[in-house]
Order: sequence, then C-alpha cells, then structure tokens
Amino acid sequence: MNEAAHDKLDSLRDQVAQAFEARRPLAVTGGGSKAFYGRPVEGEPLAVTGHRGILDYEPSELVLSARAGTPLADIEALLAGHGQMLAFEPPHFGPGATLGGAVACGLSGPRRPWAGAVRDFVLGVSILNGRGEPLSFGGRVMKNVAGYDLSRLMAGALGTLGVLTAVSVKVLPRPETEATLVFERDAAAAIEACARWSARPLPLSAACHHAGRLYLRLSGSERGIRGAREQLGGEALNDGDAFWTSLRDHRHPFFDAGRPLWRLSVPPASPPLALAGDGLLDWGGGQRWLYTDAPAEQVREAARAAGGHATRFRGGDRGDVFQPLPAPLLALQRRLKQALDPAGILNPGRLYEGL
Amino acid sequence: MPAADLRACDAALRRLLPAGGLLREEAELRPYECDGLSAYRRLPWRVALPETVEQVQAVVRCCRDHGVPVVARGAGTGLSGGALPLEDGLLLSLAKFNRILAIDPDNRLATVEPGVRNLAVSEAVAGHGLYYAPDPSSQIACSIGGNVAENAGGVHCLKYGLTVNNVAALKLVTLDGELLTLGGRALDAPGYDLAALLNGSEGLLGILVEVTVRLLPVPDYAQVVIAAFDDVQQAGDAVAAVLAAGILPAGLEMMDTLATRAAEDFVHAGYPADAAALVLCELDGSRAEVEAQLERVEAVLRERGATTVRRARDEADRLRLWAGRKAAFPAVGRLAPDYYCMDGTIPRHHLGRVLATIARWSEEYGLPVANVFHAGDGNLHPLILYDANQPGELERTEAFGARILELCVACGGTITGEHGVGVEKIDQMCAQFGAAELEQFHAVKRAFDPQGLLNPGKAVPTLARCAEYGRLHVHGGRLPHPELERF
Repeated sequence: MNEAAHDKLDSLRDQVAQAFEARRPLAVTGGGSKAFYGRPVEGEPLAVTGHRGILDYEPSELVLSARAGTPLADIEALLAGHGQMLAFEPPHFGPGATLGGAVACGLSGPRRPWAGAVRDFVLGVSILNGRGEPLSFGGRVMKNVAGYDLSRLMAGALGTLGVLTAVSVKVLPRPETEATLVFERDAAAAIEACARWSARPLPLSAACHHAGRLYLRLSGSERGIRGAREQLGGEALNDGDAFWTSLRDHRHPFFDAGRPLWRLSVPPASPPLALAGDGLLDWGGGQRWLYTDAPAEQVREAARAAGGHATRFRGGDRGDVFQPLPAPLLALQRRLKQALDPAGILNPGRLYEGL
Repeated sequence: MPAADLRACDAALRRLLPAGGLLREEAELRPYECDGLSAYRRLPWRVALPETVEQVQAVVRCCRDHGVPVVARGAGTGLSGGALPLEDGLLLSLAKFNRILAIDPDNRLATVEPGVRNLAVSEAVAGHGLYYAPDPSSQIACSIGGNVAENAGGVHCLKYGLTVNNVAALKLVTLDGELLTLGGRALDAPGYDLAALLNGSEGLLGILVEVTVRLLPVPDYAQVVIAAFDDVQQAGDAVAAVLAAGILPAGLEMMDTLATRAAEDFVHAGYPADAAALVLCELDGSRAEVEAQLERVEAVLRERGATTVRRARDEADRLRLWAGRKAAFPAVGRLAPDYYCMDGTIPRHHLGRVLATIARWSEEYGLPVANVFHAGDGNLHPLILYDANQPGELERTEAFGARILELCVACGGTITGEHGVGVEKIDQMCAQFGAAELEQFHAVKRAFDPQGLLNPGKAVPTLARCAEYGRLHVHGGRLPHPELERF
C-alpha cells in the first residue's frame, strides 16, 4: 500500500475508533451520488472518497480489488480496456459514484436478472467495524467458504455494519456484441413474453417495458444473436447502449418527473399491480418504477401481496423508506448490527430505525 | 452456560416427537456417527427425526431450555465433518423433509424442503425445460439443506455460481424456535441479506426448514473439448488464456497425470494417458453461440501448446469424457486403501508453484498425491493417498494436508473452496483469519445463538484453540489478546 493510502486508512480507523469511544454517530460518505437513498443520518461526516486506487487486477483471474473510494468510472474504464465489465451494471446516479458506494447501496442495473446482483459479485471486503477494527473477509478467489460470508452481507447494508475500505469483485468478459430489439406490447403482454422467453435458453441480458414498448437486449456472439433474433422478431434499436445506460442511471425521460419515486421489487412474472400511476418495468418485470398518488400502505401491500416489497426510492417521507420487517426479523437484524457496531455509530438509522 | 439437563430433555423430546421420531438405542444411533468424512466418528446422544416445522421448532426450543447442543444433518454427504455428532448433543436429521413444495416455472423458482436431493430438483423441473445449476459431485445423494449449509459448489461455478448465487429464499428456525423467512421470491429483499449470510454457515446460525432455489433454462447445446499438455504450468496458462480471450466456459477442469490415468483405467473415458495435465472445457448455450466459441477455444488451447485437442464426437462421447472427471475421486480411491481430499482455492496464476511444492512435499512425506482442479475458479482438490492401517500414516497425511491448506492461504487463496470447515479444517482457520476476524465471527454467531448451542465446536475456532495450535495471526508484531493463556 502506498504511503498516502496507508495514512488515509489510519486516519479513517482513528476517526471510527474515537467515535466508538465517544459514542458519536458517523455519516459515512462516498461520492455522494446516492445520498438521496435511504433514511437520513445525523452524524459527523466520515469521507471514504479519498481512499482510492486499484489494488490488484489480473484479467485472466476475473477478479478486481480496489479501495472503496475508487470511482466506478475508473474501474469500468480499466475493465473495458481488457474486454471485461462489472456484470451487475451498478447504477452511477452521478459522476462521483464509487465502488464502495455501489456495494453499500446494493443496487444493480438492467443485467441483474441474468447476470446476478452486486452481492453475487462481491468476493471479499476489508472493513472497519464499529470499533474501528480493520477486518478482512472473503478474498480474491471465486470459491471460498471459510468463515461466515460477511462480505456479501455488506452489499445493501448502507454502511451500517462496517465502513468499507476495500472490495474484491468478480468481473466478467464483455459480450462480443449486443443488440436491442423493440416490440409493441402492453405491460401485461410484455411481462408474459419476458417470462416465456426467460425460460428458454436465449441470450437475454435486459428487458424493460415503458409506454407500450418492450425493449429487449441480447448479448453474445454475432452468430448467437443472429440465431436469437430469428426466433424473437422485433425491430432493432440503433442506440441500444445509450438506452440501457440512461435506464441504469435514471437519465431516461421517465425519471424526470420530479415526483416521489417508488421502486417495487416483485417476482418478475407478477401481472401488472393494481396501482394507479405512471410506471416503467425493468428486470423483465422484477423491478417496477412507479409514480403514484396511492397511499404508502397501499403500495406496500400491493408489493407484499405479489411476493415482493416496495421502497420509497426518491422523495416522499424519508423516515419511511423501506418495507417494514416482521418484528422477529427486525430484532435479529438489530442484534446483528450490534455484533458489528456495538455502539450503533455507523450510519445509524439509514436502513431502519435501530439499524 | 448451565450444565445440560439431558434426562429432562430426553423425557420432553419423547413427548414432542411421534413414535419412531427419537432414536435412543446404540444400534439406531450408529448410522449417524459420521458424515462423508468418515475418519471422524462419534455416537450422538440422541437422533431426532421431526416431520413438521412445528416439531422442529418444539425440538429446538426444548434443547435451548435444557442447554442441549443441536447438530443439524441433511444427507450426511459433507466432506468436512460439519454433521459430526456430539456425545452430549442432539443430532437433528432433516431426512423426513423430503417434499418438493412448489414449482413456479414463470418466475423460475422451486420451493423444496431441505431434505430433497440436489438432483431431484432438476429432475422435478425438467418438464419445464429448467434445471438447478449447482452440481456438487455428490448431487445424486446430497440434500439441498446441506448444500445451503455448506454453500456447495460443483463443476459449473465459474459461469453459474455457487449455492449462494442460486438460492432466493430460506425459512429458518432460530434457536428460540422462531420461524423466519430470509430473502424472498423477488430478486432482492429488504434489510440485511441474511439469506447470503446463512449460505455456508454450517448449521451454526439456525435450522433450515425450507429452501426456494432459482432455476435456469436448460441450454440447447453443450459441447466439451479436451486438451492434453506436457506440462502443468502450461495447462494452467492455457486456462488463463481461454478466460482472457473473453470466453466464459460452463466448466473448466484440469487433472494431473495420476488422476488422469486413474480415471482412464476406471471408466475408459478416452483420455490421452501420457499427458502431464488434461484440460476439459465445456461450453453451453445456443448451438450457434457454442459453435462460435468452440473454434476460439480450440485455437487458444493449440496456441498455448496443447499436444492434443479434441471435441466430443457426439453426446455419448461428451458424457464419457465427463464421466472420467466425475469418477476421478473413486478412480484415485482404487490406487490406495484410503485417500484424503483437500479443498483449497488459489489465484490461478499460482498453480505451477503450488503443484510443484505439493510434489516436493509428496516425496518428503512418502505419500502420493493426485490433483483434480476446478481450474476455472481456482479450486484445487489434491487427493493424498495413504493407508489408515499403517501406524502414523493418517497423522502424517493430516499434517501434509494442513501444510497444503496453509500454502493456499499464503498464495492469497483459502483453506476451503466448497467443502466447508467443519471439524476438519478448524485449525487452519487460525492461519486464514486473525484474532479480530475470528472474534467478529463469534459475535455474529452470538446474535443468532447467544447460548452457543447450534453445532458448537465447528467452523470457527476459539482464540484459545488457535493459541494452542500455534497459528494465530499476529498483526503488526502485536500479540492479540495477551490475556489469553498460551500452551
């Protein structure tokens, strides 16, 4: 480790250790691109952004390790230079997005149903726990079952279980080529088609429905994609990459409404939910974005009845963001939080009250 | 913890379980004395065979109330002694939880009880053109509950992931007898990802009573290429070159000379018997996709010095080529009275160095080693050949094995890729993790099991044990926990 990074890590460790002694809450920040997400945190800022740099990358090992404050854009550019990618397509939501922030927020992009989520690609982490102890879990290899898998647990924990200082992720080859097809379909027919096509060995890698059109991305070799197109039909979309990136980062016009935005995560084949409003389906129906005037209880109940959950993604009542957990499950999660952060100083309350 | 009240617990369990649901006689207990790691054997105090979730809840609460440890057991095929019984503990068998509860082809999910066999899931959903991807070599016998407990792998992990990547939801009975659902049928769930944490937790955090797995469409076409090399390092480099070329094979396996010859003699797979290393590379997908990639794989393997490169002639030949690899363990087993299977993972570029070191130690210990390697994901299975009837040979074998695992750690790898720690590798955990990490694991365990009654003594060593073993990590020259006694 170079000297500056070492100093930065020491300084982060000291800050957490002192906060632990003083029982003083910390608000962990990366690039700030997802500051809107989750519940508000009152605490002294702990900036991980300066702790950056690639630690290890050997393309043929399909593993990359980097300090948590490394910008996603730097990592993606490095990978692209070797024909590889972060297959979970992490949303950036802003130019400052970091690897640590992507893991902490646990959000994945359009490829998620076919490639896996961020948690599926996390192989190892270094963290500072709530006592300021530097700990490493997992590693730089794909198969590793030594000890509890505390690395994947960090994905989506919003920094409440540990301050991420370094992450190792599995990376994958970029597809040789990609194509985007468009079909005229209503939402119900699009969901039904996605379920049918997903059950067949087709090279699908994204499926989105908006305003009467189903967008389907295929990834693979030229020959493989040609074969799939012959089976599927549809019209080719020329600037497919731009479309999927705009969807990933919420720069698609649908997201310009400036109103509170709900995210419903449901089993993908669930028929359209009985909720009034404007919607966009991603993940072949598994992730549904919604602007609605319906009361929160109704939105949550519709998601729950379908076998999923609803999140106030942007705007609205920021005290009530995530689907309430059953009491025994919340109690267990609080005990787990205490095991890693006994003084409750790491992003307290960002996920749920008491977490 | 107060002393266990075995007598009162026994009486209560007899009331809670149906006739035949509690085994108490030595002859009935004997079949449960070990799992797939038969070098370790111990008779359990009692064996419970509950039939309903309510019975599991009642049994676990009863054990908690009487301070009696609980060891969960699936099919008993594990290779690290994770289901080794305790003489003062209850062995909780999930064998009667063997029903497939629901198949949801539209969402590509199957909900099964934990005692359902791995292969039975794929068989049950085959009519929908779907299958369950993780395929540990014991898949005809091993159970899904055990697969989750160990985060089982197989030969297709590089492309399709381990168990953790293919499980959507779990139902867990906690030590308090609470029934919790972790994960869900959507692609994510709110709160901490406890489903991920439970995978590979070796029965230390709770008892699984239901598992919902993700299913994949059966590929249209699969084809395998075999390549022979004169040198192991060259074969390892060829594997790296295939991956660097942007190809993601469904399976990418390697065997050394001893393993290749043993497999060939056993199943007549058609392997070139003089190769120093044999690589099997399987591609799957649509026929057009596979055909395109096959040509590239063959070209890379030839460029990297393969002496023979050959595709399976037909489906029967493809299955025969795999049969050799899948029979490698029993084939090697024919070469000696006993073998000891190691399970380290290494970053692949260390392969040459690791195999050369193992070969040198093999001479030193006077114990032959055959190497079978999940080359795509770096998971190495050295099989040490020995004779348990020769005095001292098992101890020598274990010492040799321990050194191999510590070498894997030193290379930046891990002591166990897919078999779990159990009782077998508990001392090597001290080489892999420092005291602070081990303490953190114990704190996580206490969040689920404050009394330490779920599979105690497995998977995570106490700091005292590490001090005794003499392998405790010392960070920055500071001895952690100076208050601990050293032996």
